[in-house]
Amino acid sequence: MSGAAWTPATERRLRVIAPVLVGLAGLALWQFLVSVVGVSDYLLPSPAAIAQQFAEFGPAIWQAALITGPNALIGLVVGTVLAILLAALAARWHAVDGMSAPIVAALAVVPIVALAPVLNSMFGSDSQFGRQAIAALASFVPVFINTLRGLRQTRPVHRDLMRSYAATGTQSFRTVTLPTALPYLLTGVRIASSLAVISALVAEYFGGPRGGLGSAISTSAATSAYARAWAYVVAAIVVGLIFYLATALIERLVLRRIPVGGTQ
Amino acid sequence: MTATLETAPAPAGPVRAKPPRTGRARTLSAWAWGAVGILLIVAIWEVYKFFGPADGVVIGGARILPRTTDLAMPHVWDMIGRLLEPVTRAEGSPPLWASIALAALTTLGIAAVGWLVGVVVGVGLALVMQRWRLVEWGLLPWIILSQTVPLIAFAPIVKSWGSRIEIGGVQWQDWMSVALIASYLAFFPIAVGALRGLQSPDRIHTELMHTYAAGYWPTLLRLRFPASVPFLLPALRLGAANAVIGAVVAEVSTGLQGGIGRLLIQFAGQASGDPAKAWGPIFGAIALGLVAAGSVAMLGLLLKDYRRGEAT
Amino acid sequence: MGAAQAHQSTDATTGPDSVVVRGVGKRFATKTGDVSALEGIDLTVAAGEFVSLIGPSGCGKSTLLRLIADLDSPTSGTVEVFGKPAARARRDQDYGIAFQQAGLLPWRTVAANIALPLELHGAGAAERKARVAELAELVGLTDFADRHPDQLSGGMQQRVAIARAMAERPRLLLMDEPFGALDEMTRERMQAELARLAAETGAAVVFVTHSIPEAVFLSDRIVVMSPRPGRITDVIETGFGKDAARDESLREAPSFFDRVTAVREALHGTPVPTTGREQR
Repeated sequence: MSGAAWTPATERRLRVIAPVLVGLAGLALWQFLVSVVGVSDYLLPSPAAIAQQFAEFGPAIWQAALITGPNALIGLVVGTVLAILLAALAARWHAVDGMSAPIVAALAVVPIVALAPVLNSMFGSDSQFGRQAIAALASFVPVFINTLRGLRQTRPVHRDLMRSYAATGTQSFRTVTLPTALPYLLTGVRIASSLAVISALVAEYFGGPRGGLGSAISTSAATSAYARAWAYVVAAIVVGLIFYLATALIERLVLRRIPVGGTQ
Repeated sequence: MTATLETAPAPAGPVRAKPPRTGRARTLSAWAWGAVGILLIVAIWEVYKFFGPADGVVIGGARILPRTTDLAMPHVWDMIGRLLEPVTRAEGSPPLWASIALAALTTLGIAAVGWLVGVVVGVGLALVMQRWRLVEWGLLPWIILSQTVPLIAFAPIVKSWGSRIEIGGVQWQDWMSVALIASYLAFFPIAVGALRGLQSPDRIHTELMHTYAAGYWPTLLRLRFPASVPFLLPALRLGAANAVIGAVVAEVSTGLQGGIGRLLIQFAGQASGDPAKAWGPIFGAIALGLVAAGSVAMLGLLLKDYRRGEAT
Repeated sequence: MGAAQAHQSTDATTGPDSVVVRGVGKRFATKTGDVSALEGIDLTVAAGEFVSLIGPSGCGKSTLLRLIADLDSPTSGTVEVFGKPAARARRDQDYGIAFQQAGLLPWRTVAANIALPLELHGAGAAERKARVAELAELVGLTDFADRHPDQLSGGMQQRVAIARAMAERPRLLLMDEPFGALDEMTRERMQAELARLAAETGAAVVFVTHSIPEAVFLSDRIVVMSPRPGRITDVIETGFGKDAARDESLREAPSFFDRVTAVREALHGTPVPTTGREQR
C-alpha cells in the first residue's frame, strides 16, 4: 500500500496533478512521435496541426456542433422524462415491472444505432428525428434502471413511519419515496448524458441530413483530411464533456442538500 | 364487551400482486411477462398503423410520428414473413434469415475477439490502478474521458495503420481493425467494474490478510479477485454489449464486408423498394446483442458462490 | 392506579384503558413453514401507565408492538386502542411511535423532521412553528433546530425522534428499543428524560427493551415474554408509585435492585421467593 502517509492536503493536490501530468506526458509523446520519429502526418496529425485546423474551421465546427448538441439534448430530455414515467409505473404495478424489465434489459445490450437507417427512411431523410430518437433510447436505459432502483430504496423504518401517520399514498410518495429516489435519478441522468451525445453523433453516420459533427468527421476522413477530422473530434469531446459536467454539477448540488446519496 | 375489528385486517404494506416465490416459477413468470411486453409493442405498432394519419403527425414542420404507409411502416407479419423469402430475386439466393444469421455470426466473432482484448486491457488497467493510487488518480480521468471520443473517428486511422503492420508474418486483416475498435468500447466498463471490485473488500478483510503476513499477490488471489466477482460479472456483460455496438459501428465506418453493419446500411438503402427487408438486420442485431450478453451471463452461473450480494 | 396524580391533571391518566390485547396470536409464513411469533397474548395497559415488554430475541415483543401500532395485523384475537380497533386508532392518530433506528428523514432539518406529522395532518404554518419550538425545547435541542440528522449524535437523533413522536400530543406512546443503539451513559440520561416527559404529559407508554435496569427504571409494570412461541410468562409490578422521583437516586435504591433481581429471575424461569410480586 503506497502513499499511506500523505496528508489530506497533499492528497488533494496529487489528485489534481496526477491526471494533468499524465495528459501532458501523452501530449508530449504524441508530438514526439510526429516530429522526431517522423510518423507521417497522414496517419497521426500533430497536436499543432489539429489546433490549426480547429482555428481555421471554427465557424463550420460551431455549426456542426449546433446540430449534434441540440439533438443530444432533446434525446436526453425526452429519454429522461419517459424513463421517469415508466419507472414510476413499474415501481407501482408489478405487471408493468414484469413487462418492462426484460425489454429494458434487452435494450441495454442491443446496438440501438442499428435502428438509425430504418428511422431515417421512416421519417424522411431531411428529419433530425432519427438521431434524436436514438439519443432518447440510449438515455432512457440508464435513467430507467437507476430511477427504478432509487424508487425501491425507501427504508422500511420510513415506510413504517408513514404508515403510523396514516399518510395517503401521495403524501408518502412526496415526503419519503421521491427524495430517496432523487439521488439515484440524477446519477442515471449523469450516466445518460455522455451516452446521448455519442449516440446522436454515431447515428449521423448512418445517413440522414448533412451537417452535424458525426457527418463532418466521416466526410473529412473520407477525403483524407485527417487533421480536420480530429478537429471535429475535439469539438465532439468538448460537447460530451459539457453535458457530463453539467449533469454532474446538478447531481453534486442536489446531493449536498440530501446527505443520502445514490450509487452507480 | 366483545369488540371485534370492524373491518378485515388491513394489509400491512402497499397493495400489489404478489410475485411467485419459487425460483423456477419466478423465471417462468419473468419470461411470460417479457413475451406480453413484446406483444404489447407489436400491438401498439399495428394499432398506430391502423388508426394513424397517412402522413404521420407533423408539429411545427417536424415529423413526430411516422407515416403509416406500408412503405414507411411495414406490417409486423410482413417483416417476419420477409425473413423466410430469398435475399434477392437472383437464382439460388439463400433465404433472408440465413444471410442475416451468417452476417450476425461473423460480427459476433469479431466482437468476441474485441471483448477478449477489452478484458485483458481492462483488467490489466484495473490491477495497476488498484495497486498504486497515484496511477489511479492519473489514469482514471483519462479513461473516463476516452469514452467521449467517438470511435468512428478511429476507423480510417486504424485501418491505414493496420495496412502497414505485419505481426510475425500475419498481415493485418480488415476485421482486426473492427475488433480493435470494439475492444476500445469494451474495455471501459470492464476497467471501471474491475477496479471497483478489486477495491471492494472491507478493511477488516484486508487487515486480516495483513495479520497473516500475506503479501500483495496472495491477497490479490485469495481476497481481491474473489471479492471482485459481483462487480466484474455485470461489467463483463456490459463490455460484451459494448463490443457488439462497437463492432457494428466500426463495420459501417470501415466498410467491412460480411458483417451485419454492412447489411444494415445496404438493406436500408433498398428500403424504398423493399421496406420489410430493412428490418431483417435489425432483428439480427438484437439477437446478436442478446446472445453476446447471454453468453457472459452464463459465465456467471459457474461462479455462483462468489456472487452473493451482487449488484445488477 | 394511585390517588397521587401527575403535576398536570390531564384526561390522559384517567379514562378508558389505552391498550387492550385479547387472545392475540401472530403466525408468519416462511419458506420453511409457519412460524408462531405470538400466542395467546392478553394484556391491558391502563391510561397513563408505563409498561415495558422485555424478553430474549425472538420472543415477539417487537411484533406485539407492531400489532398495537397496526403496522401488522394479528392472525387471531383483537387489539383495541382507546376502545377502538387498532386500525381505526391509527387512522385517528391516537398514538405516537418511535423506532430503534431514529428513522429521521436525512434531507430534512431537525425542525422539519419534528414538524413532519403536523405537516401531513394539515396543521397551519404558524401552528407548526410554535409547536416545533415547544417540542425542541422539551427535548433540549433548540440550538440544533437547523441542523441535519447527519450532524447529530445518536442520542440527539433519538431525542428528535421522541419529540416527533410527541408532536400531536398523543395519549399513547409506542417505543421499540429507542435507546438500543446508544452507549450506557447516554442511555441513562435519555431514560430520565423519557420518564420526565411521560409524567409531564400523562401519556401511557408501551416500551420494548431488552435491558432489565431500563425496564425497571421506567415502568409501572414489566411484562416478561419468552420465545418459541412468543407468550407472556410473567408480569412484575415495580411498585415505585406515581410520584417517585425517577432519577439517579432511584438507580441506587435497594428496592430498585430487588425489582431488577425479580425480573432477571422471571426471565431465567427460576422459582422466586415471595417479595410481593404479582403472579399472572
